[in-house]
Amino acid sequence: MYRNLTIKQKQIVWAWAFLAIPVLFYGVIRFYPTGNAFLISFQNWNLLGDRTWAGLENYRELWNDPVFWQVFRNTFAYLLIGTPVSLVISFVIAYHLDKTRFMHGFLRMLYFLPFMTSAVAMAWVWRWFYQPVPIGLFNNLLASVGLSQVAFLNSTTNALPSVLAPAVWAGLGFQVIIFMAGLRAIPVSYYEAARIDGVGWWTQLTQITLPLLRPTLVFIVVFSSIGFLRIFDHVFNMTTNNPGGPLNSTKPLVLMIYDTAFNGFNMGYAAAQTVVLFTILLIVSLLQLWILRSD
Amino acid sequence: MTATDIRPSAAALDRRAIVRNRNMGQIIRWLLLFLGGVAMVMPIAYMISTSLKWPHEVYNVNLIPEEPTIENYTFVLEDGRFYMWFVNSMIIATITTISNLLFDSLVGYTLCKFRFPGRMIVFIAILSTLMIPTEMLVIPWYLMSQSFGWLDSYWGIMFPGLMTAFGTFLMKQFFESVPDDFIEAARIDGLNELQIWWTVAMPLVKPALAALAIFVFLGNWTAFLWPLIVTNSVDMYTIPVGLSGFGDEADVAWELIMTGAAISTIPTLVVFLIFQRFIIRGVVMAGLKG
Repeated sequence: MYRNLTIKQKQIVWAWAFLAIPVLFYGVIRFYPTGNAFLISFQNWNLLGDRTWAGLENYRELWNDPVFWQVFRNTFAYLLIGTPVSLVISFVIAYHLDKTRFMHGFLRMLYFLPFMTSAVAMAWVWRWFYQPVPIGLFNNLLASVGLSQVAFLNSTTNALPSVLAPAVWAGLGFQVIIFMAGLRAIPVSYYEAARIDGVGWWTQLTQITLPLLRPTLVFIVVFSSIGFLRIFDHVFNMTTNNPGGPLNSTKPLVLMIYDTAFNGFNMGYAAAQTVVLFTILLIVSLLQLWILRSD
Repeated sequence: MTATDIRPSAAALDRRAIVRNRNMGQIIRWLLLFLGGVAMVMPIAYMISTSLKWPHEVYNVNLIPEEPTIENYTFVLEDGRFYMWFVNSMIIATITTISNLLFDSLVGYTLCKFRFPGRMIVFIAILSTLMIPTEMLVIPWYLMSQSFGWLDSYWGIMFPGLMTAFGTFLMKQFFESVPDDFIEAARIDGLNELQIWWTVAMPLVKPALAALAIFVFLGNWTAFLWPLIVTNSVDMYTIPVGLSGFGDEADVAWELIMTGAAISTIPTLVVFLIFQRFIIRGVVMAGLKG
């Protein structure tokens, strides 16, 4: 039968033969669960007990839950501190590294190395750094120069930036590499023309480099924003004795989802939280598309 | 001849000063970048250093251990669990990587080189899954694993990552660069479509395959949330899940925790140091095209 088909028909058969397993996979492992997550968010379900229809009850509960608003603020604190800080640091590094020839590869390697580490392992290393005297490295260093010690992870105000630091640190190398690729894509002739016109470095930076780097900037902002909105590994591992603590001051949305679903077994309520996360991420991604389109 | 002709002109002096300043600037820039780079690797350096220290020396801030020892590694490995978790992670990351290389490239190739009804729908459907965060799917995946008996098994840990939309689009982008003429020629030579994909197209996108392999392997080696949810017996833990529990249990034995952290990090660092140039190129490729 296959022999009687035209070349075009044979192509169709082959294409669908190639796609059969993947289409099944995406249907069962991606689309069905997505729909299911939405569905569960409208249900009351304690995993062991019955599944009952709850309508918008989970969302109403979320709206009235002070912990959720605390978590919401934390999640955006990670985003609003983490993204600009990592953006500025990685740009400054990339800008100067791009102009450095001597041992360029070696320097680049130093900056990129943290990207190859595992978040869990590094969370524990940083957790050790943050311990009080006489354990933690940072406090020992502070003590050795005569400064008083800092409560990094035990303070409700310091804990969030302390947890964020290793996340920023681990992502810098990637951003530096992407920035350098973006910088290299700018034609040298622009800078030559600027130099002939006697334009200073600041004007070159603001009038040539940054405008031409816009797609790269948008990519990095969105990529790191999504990363910070989904922060989990660092927080969980640096606060295992009291996940998200002290007093929920470091708890991000993903950790709240994990807690609600797998410690509280309140699947419906957790699913509603995942829908909120999905919505936030969707808005960030759409913003990216919108900004890029106006180019 | 005037005196100014003998002495260097003001402009030349200026230029010399500029060159001197520029050199100074270059040196300062290099030193600052170097110091920054050293600061970047300090956490890794301290992790390795502490894993080589005796317990009584752990709280010293010196980077070089006074009496280096591999005692911690012997202790942690003799315990057996890290060895087990390491093997689990290796198996899971390897199988997932192979699966992604095969399926992502097959789908990418089909979407790129075939014209068939339904192509756009499949394309958009897969593209749209990029918008769905893993965190949203873990609850349904857990329920699914529970009803199919996949909890606490390799399959349970692996199944969500066997194909990725990211990999599919990365590969699709790279298959664009494979000339249609090559494929036509192979067809005329009597190769079937599977053979064309495997023997003609795949060898032409090797760099992209390598980049994808690095991303998928690293992603699965360090994955935490889903393995944490789906495993519940110590035997099935992956290295990050195991390390997380071990850290709690070891309490203040930081030299042992650092040893565990080093065991989980060193393999990827070694791979990076060997294939450095190649990996950085791959990251740029995947970052910008994916």
